[in-house]
Amino acid sequence: MVDTGEPVPYMERTRQYYRALGYAKDYVWARHDDVPFARLPKPLSECRLALITTAGPVPYDGKRQLWSGAIDPAPARLHTANLAWDKESTHTDDRGSFLPIEIASKLARNGVFAGLTPRFHGVPTEYSQRSTTEDVAPKVLQRLRDDGADGAILCPL
Amino acid sequence: MSLVARHLEANGIPTVIIGSARDVVEYCGVPRFLFTDFPLGNPCGHPWDREMQEKIVRQALDLLANAAGPRTTVKAPFAWKASDPEWRARYGRVDPAERERLLAIGEERRRQKAEAKAAARGA
Repeated sequence: MVDTGEPVPYMERTRQYYRALGYAKDYVWARHDDVPFARLPKPLSECRLALITTAGPVPYDGKRQLWSGAIDPAPARLHTANLAWDKESTHTDDRGSFLPIEIASKLARNGVFAGLTPRFHGVPTEYSQRSTTEDVAPKVLQRLRDDGADGAILCPL
Repeated sequence: MSLVARHLEANGIPTVIIGSARDVVEYCGVPRFLFTDFPLGNPCGHPWDREMQEKIVRQALDLLANAAGPRTTVKAPFAWKASDPEWRARYGRVDPAERERLLAIGEERRRQKAEAKAAARGA
């Protein structure tokens, strides 16, 4: 295959892979015509931000569920084995490559923004879009409000 | 994750996604997206490359503060490792020689799922 430099067509690859596994119905990806948009309520330098990942905690109990972890001390490793990342091309041994707590903290110390919230959050990658929209997302919103977050940086693997 | 971003944004909390699956994120429709064209797993930069990771986080923060409207995608100016030019072809490919093995994996998954369902009904 010639690499044209175009982004990887993940939706098409996923369709082909699940068809090869023998699944009769293709996954229907979420799609929305309208996109909400909010602005930071104050200058970035005064904003407190939350980090959000799709990785799980270590130790991992096997349940995909919303969880939160402290940024200080930051966890050395997170559970990623159950997620669909490119296990042939790379690794997730460097947590900073998918949840950059230390770098964000450094930028906050340098005054780029006011600081991270004390907790980051881990959201499960659900097959069910309804579960994400009706259960997980409102809980994440509540946790961000509880922590006084003005904005969020989401880093899906 | 895109659905979480949309929910936060609809409730007044601005978001930026740093991610590598451009088609999935843009298909869903999100407010701000920093696209890093790497294999899935390291959206915030090459492993252990703190300098690159810092530049990517800075760029995401800039996007968070300055995007003019929804569906703003910015591509980070970094490529995957020059020593691995074949990575795009690798992920999730279906090798014709593997068809039987893949089908067997699928059958096993469906069997386990049906068993779990039956067990849940019986519980």
